[in-house]
Amino acid sequence: MVAPSLKLQDLIEEIRGAKTQAQEREVIQKECAHIRASFRDGDPVHRHRQLAKLLYVHMLGYPAHFGQMECLKLIASSRFTDKRVGYLGAMLLLDERHDAHLLITNSIKNDLSQGIQPVQGLALCTLSTMGSAEMCRDLAPEVEKLLLQPSPYVRKKAILTAVHMIRKVPELSSVFLPPCVHLLHERHHGILLGTITLITELCERSPAALKHFRKVVPQLVQILRTLVTTGYSTEHSISGVSDPFLQVQILRLLRILGRNHEESSETMNDLLAQVATNTDTSRNAGNAVLFETVLTIMDIHSAAGLRVLAVNILGRFLLNSDRNIRYVALTSLLRLVQSDHSAVQRHRPTVVDCLQETDASLSRRALELSLALVNSSNVRAMMQELQAFLESCPPDLRADCASGILLAAERFAPTKRWHIDTILHVLTTAGTHVRDDAVANLTQLIGGAQELHAYSVRRLYNALAEDISQQPLVQVAAWCIGEYGDLLLEGNCEEIEPLQVDEEEVLALLEKVLQSHMSLPATRGYALTALMKLSTRLQGDNNRIRQVVSIYRSCLDVELQQRAVEYDTLFRKYDHMRAAILEKMPLVERDGPQADEEAKQSKEAAQLSEAAPAPTESQASQLLDLLDLLDRASGDAQHPPPLDPSPGGALVYLLDLPCAPPPPAPIPDLKVFEREGVQLNLSFIRPPENPALLLITITATNSSEGDVTNFICQAAVPKSLQLQLQAPSGNTVPARGGLPITQLFRILNPNKAPLRLKLRLTYNHFHQSVQEIFEVNNLPVESWQ
Amino acid sequence: MVNKQGQTRLSKYYEHVDINKRTLLETEVIKSCLSRSNEQCSFIEYKDFKLIYRQYAALFIVVGVNDTENEMAIYEFIHNFVEVLDEYFSRVVSLMIMFNLDKVHIILDEMVLNGCIVETNRARILAPLLILDKMSES
Repeated sequence: MVAPSLKLQDLIEEIRGAKTQAQEREVIQKECAHIRASFRDGDPVHRHRQLAKLLYVHMLGYPAHFGQMECLKLIASSRFTDKRVGYLGAMLLLDERHDAHLLITNSIKNDLSQGIQPVQGLALCTLSTMGSAEMCRDLAPEVEKLLLQPSPYVRKKAILTAVHMIRKVPELSSVFLPPCVHLLHERHHGILLGTITLITELCERSPAALKHFRKVVPQLVQILRTLVTTGYSTEHSISGVSDPFLQVQILRLLRILGRNHEESSETMNDLLAQVATNTDTSRNAGNAVLFETVLTIMDIHSAAGLRVLAVNILGRFLLNSDRNIRYVALTSLLRLVQSDHSAVQRHRPTVVDCLQETDASLSRRALELSLALVNSSNVRAMMQELQAFLESCPPDLRADCASGILLAAERFAPTKRWHIDTILHVLTTAGTHVRDDAVANLTQLIGGAQELHAYSVRRLYNALAEDISQQPLVQVAAWCIGEYGDLLLEGNCEEIEPLQVDEEEVLALLEKVLQSHMSLPATRGYALTALMKLSTRLQGDNNRIRQVVSIYRSCLDVELQQRAVEYDTLFRKYDHMRAAILEKMPLVERDGPQADEEAKQSKEAAQLSEAAPAPTESQASQLLDLLDLLDRASGDAQHPPPLDPSPGGALVYLLDLPCAPPPPAPIPDLKVFEREGVQLNLSFIRPPENPALLLITITATNSSEGDVTNFICQAAVPKSLQLQLQAPSGNTVPARGGLPITQLFRILNPNKAPLRLKLRLTYNHFHQSVQEIFEVNNLPVESWQ
Repeated sequence: MVNKQGQTRLSKYYEHVDINKRTLLETEVIKSCLSRSNEQCSFIEYKDFKLIYRQYAALFIVVGVNDTENEMAIYEFIHNFVEVLDEYFSRVVSLMIMFNLDKVHIILDEMVLNGCIVETNRARILAPLLILDKMSES
């Protein structure tokens, strides 16, 4: 050896003296080198000192595996100090994953049978900490012998070693089961503590043991009773409570034994009541026992009065100023809220107060408990509290709080308007933290609440005008403005004060959303679609919208680009279809949005393929179609704009085609009659599910100065076709563009015979009766092919 | 046991944790304990177990337990442990713990065996240690 070895104290001094991490490492490495050299030389005298130093270094986090063999040597030596350090090293350095641990089995065996108590204690301690399954099996008989020895010092350790063995090798439970009952008779607290732990372990492992030990319930009750009723005993009392640790353990065991078992529960009832009332709660030890009692009462089949007592105790805990106690009270109340809901409701105000806590663990528990306590009667008050909390809570709780509020609102909303208000509030305060489907839920909700359309669109517009950074809010607002833009501009809504909104303002706002760098691509998609829908809802001209749409034709984002191109084509080539395509959406079914989208997809595809011989676009070939469209920009695109849904969650909202009949008319309308301002138009619809059917809607409009009254329209078709006339919507068309009359004709044409239609009109106009009979020419070919 | 600077003074694991993970674990644990003020409660939820800590001057004693344990009993146990140390060292300070680490280990081993509390009576815990001291002196 180069230098004399340091004592442990000196090493610690040196390490403390090191000012930086690097210096410390240097010192330690130097020392480790010494230690290694010393181990190699095999110096027996100082070995334990070296190992002690090594263990210290190990605790600091440096590798120390080269000390493992030294542990063995030290354990085998006869000196107690050596053994002590050796066993400590074994506990810290060895574990069952390295094979070296098996080597100490023999040493342990020798030590256990030696009869020197401290040595035995050491051996047991080590065995219980790192004994592997093989070791346990080998040494089980030794441990069992030790269980029966008179000395309590060794016995208590032996019992706990047995616990460990059972955990590792469950078959050994049969070995250790018989002595347990006998051990319960002991008076020594250490032994009792150990025994109870052992019994608990046995009961948890096997139901047979559980049944066996139910017999000892009276005995346990007796032990606990003596503990509680005995006066102050210096040996075991901790701040006035006699051996709270033992009490807690017994209570836990009673809980396990009494679960689902009427008889045992009954024997325990009195005792539990006694413990609950007698324990001194001014100190923490007493509270600990009380807490365990409450948990036990909850778990077993206790009398109703006892349960009420338990809930009251928890309520008292909640009011306690010590935070620890409040924490455990909140935790247990959470467990109880399912079973004893009404009892916990009584403490609701206190729980809500706890929301204001600065402590993170407490406020989280309070939040969970408050959300669990919301029911239909207290929903409004609770929601107010929770929303106030949402504004001030720490960020990691926000997501939970927001989703909790939304869930509770869904289940207990008293009115739709309140529901919409609540969701709106959540979106404005914690928009970025809500779950993804919140947007879908909200739009579905708004869509369903017919009477609230104007109200919601107005509120959303206001919210959007203030702040465009909260993405879910922006998405919902954009969708609503698109759908109900006309309601927004009407200006009157009784639920909220009237607001004059200009068309230009609305368009400007949507453009701002489109251009903002804070908007996600999905949000932009929403905004673009909304702009498009507004083109039909707004009265003004569409130049601004067209401009925006054409700008985005060259956007880098593929999704936006696709939409823009489609919409642009819609403007240019299919303008006549625009109104029908961009109609208001019907309510979407909530439960199967995916199924709906697919159904819609197939329907639209079928319809469009009826109109023009185009292949159905699949999702994968969207990009290809886009390229095709661009290539043939000269305008001979045979297929209509691929209106199939593009990928992404906004499927449902992109397509504004209603899936309920009447489906949009791909066949162009026809004007068949015009006389003095009275005009008759025909529009044709061929539903895809019934190719033989043709629906003709005739519309009679009046732009003259005189009303048209007694309007009757009759029709005739060739014999091979069947005609069915449905009742007209009325027979008066008021002057100057009043409400037109519509009437539906159903024509069945199974043989696809050429369609011919003769119409006869009679009406009164300008105080003259008019009668017209004519055949409709220029019927489009698609109506009967 | 950790001090305010995050240096571990004593650590005992009753479940196997890899050595490199230990330092990481200890730093995280002490960080979450240090960030709490006096006003907050002593129980923290950390990953899938609970931490119960108590501060004594510049030393934090942290015990990690699984869900089934009674937190308040453990809280009490920490105090019991400190009282035992106090009696043995007659007014213990953290320096003493540092320099007599092996003795502290022995005391801890007397009180806790494989994660279960075995003895809480001060006299009985310290008896073997006192005998040991007498033996090494003579």
